[in-house]
Amino acid sequence: MRSQRWFQRRRVGFGWRPVDWHGWVVTLLAVAAMIAVLVLKRGSAARIPVMILIVAAYVVVALATGGTRPAKEAPAADEPTDSEAKGSVGVVEQRLALRALTSGRVSTSSPDEPALVVEHLTKRFGERVAVDDVSFSVAAGEVFGFLGPNGAGKTTTVRILATLIAPTSGTAHVAGLLLDPANGVDIRKRIAVMTENPGLYLRLTVAENLEFFAGLYELAQPQARIGQALAAVNLAGRANDPCGSLSKGLRQRVALARALLSDPAILFLDEPTSGLDPVASREVHELIDGLREHGVTVFLTTHRLEEAERLCDHVAILNTSLRTIGRPDELRERLFTKTLVVRTLAPLASPDAVFAVAGVDGWHADHTTGYVLTVSDARTAAPAVTRALVAAGADLLSLAEVQHSLEDVYLELMNDDGEAGS
Amino acid sequence: MSLERVVSVVRKEVREFRRNRFVIGTMAVLPFIFLITPMITIFTIPASASGPQVKAAVGVISLLMLIIPIAIPPVIAAYSVVGERDQGTLEPVLTTPVRASELLLGKAVAAFLPSVAIAYAIYLVVLISVRFGAAHVVSSVVFHPPQLLAQLLFTPLLALWSIWIGIGISTRASDVRVAQQLATVASLPLLGFTSLLSFQLIKPSVPLAIGLALALLIADVIAWRLVSGLFDRERLITGKKASTPRQDGGLAGGQTRTHPR
Repeated sequence: MRSQRWFQRRRVGFGWRPVDWHGWVVTLLAVAAMIAVLVLKRGSAARIPVMILIVAAYVVVALATGGTRPAKEAPAADEPTDSEAKGSVGVVEQRLALRALTSGRVSTSSPDEPALVVEHLTKRFGERVAVDDVSFSVAAGEVFGFLGPNGAGKTTTVRILATLIAPTSGTAHVAGLLLDPANGVDIRKRIAVMTENPGLYLRLTVAENLEFFAGLYELAQPQARIGQALAAVNLAGRANDPCGSLSKGLRQRVALARALLSDPAILFLDEPTSGLDPVASREVHELIDGLREHGVTVFLTTHRLEEAERLCDHVAILNTSLRTIGRPDELRERLFTKTLVVRTLAPLASPDAVFAVAGVDGWHADHTTGYVLTVSDARTAAPAVTRALVAAGADLLSLAEVQHSLEDVYLELMNDDGEAGS
Repeated sequence: MSLERVVSVVRKEVREFRRNRFVIGTMAVLPFIFLITPMITIFTIPASASGPQVKAAVGVISLLMLIIPIAIPPVIAAYSVVGERDQGTLEPVLTTPVRASELLLGKAVAAFLPSVAIAYAIYLVVLISVRFGAAHVVSSVVFHPPQLLAQLLFTPLLALWSIWIGIGISTRASDVRVAQQLATVASLPLLGFTSLLSFQLIKPSVPLAIGLALALLIADVIAWRLVSGLFDRERLITGKKASTPRQDGGLAGGQTRTHPR
């Protein structure tokens, strides 16, 4: 509507921001006109219709004008991606900003003390058990991955540890403090949570969002910290953009900057790379690596198993109850037997004799891969098998150790749960 | 109680109001609508009107002036908690050290300031209009000192009471619209009180005005504590009622206890 654009350009009508003098001047003019009519037309029968006209004109102008100052549209698909965001300052400056953010932290517990200790944590919502008897601990300064399918209780666990909801039973120590109503505020001073939904105030700018949270944490020198937090997520140039104009990925990064503001001892990240493009995801991974280097304990909830494998020192797999916990390589060893796969040009005449070497516990033929050998130690078994194959005159095409990923571990456990449940 | 956290909440809320079309619209239009009737009343009373006629007319004006601080704030206050929950901003806020009492006080102050400023501004316009435009018989009743004092004292206190009702409903409602409707309905009983005063069924005197104002002030403080007590983090986050009473420090509903071994 043309009139609407005219008013918007001049910032009058409902789009007025009360501090803008334009809006106040027009309002005062309307009030002054009414008073003038009342005083000058005293005794005249025409004053009431004139007054009503003034009020009506004011209301019409207000209604005709198009609301708040037009927000920038969210970037279209062909606009710069998250990773090309204005103000990108590069990895080096990102690291410098991160160092500045974490340099002032005073340790609240001894370095040997675990950042997080959870013992027999259970949460029930009525009859439904969301988290069942979960126990684990997280060392200070490590990146801890918390994996599990939807509805496994990951977010509930994070909410309990962030003092948002109370456990039905069990205890926990968070950043050296007992999880207890009396310690709620002190625990929340030592932690930060990046929720899956960025939860930004879309009418406020990026800087205004962070200012609000800086105030809630009572940060000294909030502007400096906001600058550092934005630089750490490569958003320094977007400080004055309304959050409503940012893409989902950029909002996610603003939420990450918000979580970094208070320099927490423990940072809970709930799906931090959800909705990010690969380059932006990599930047977040580098940021998490940087946080680890600076001694921040990161509690990472994710569905991305390759992300957990790349970033996490320890992982826990949850499906209401804790299914397993350990280093990714430990989990692989624990769950899968070590295997070698042997491929030969032609089938072996007597495989039993060939594979009867030290370190090989058993074997079976596989028509697609050749022979699958179960071994106790691949590093001793592989040379012995190679020698035996050569001695038997076999034409060896390949001999390789099977590498299991964290995804294999995860799927194996979830399959077990599925079979147990059926 | 951290003043810095309360101020942060107030600043954020005011910034949001300034860019919210609905709030600005309510703030801009409602007072003008409330101004129309008093203006017509003031300027249609003839100088020869009898005492009861004038008192009745001025009673309507006073009532409308006291309706403004009752009617405007619930619209904003009812949005304060359930609105944040709906837009997904409540959970990040609750993970910070802010206490429920600080958060709610900040939201109440943010709703209070513009509501009272508008109510006083409209009252000022009415007073100026009466002083310069109305018949002398009207002017003498409107400028009755106890009436003026009651108006000045009750405007902020009624606004605050109405805000706490709005916020209280907002902490328990499941939907913004429902919260706003309930808050408006819940504020209506205050009209009875203001009517008694406006039509001078309770004769305003300076001691009575101060006494009632003090009573309202105490009621407002109690309302703040009660509403803070109603603030249930677990219910707001999960939609499910906490099983045991909670404290202001968080852990919304419960207590930790050792797992039976």
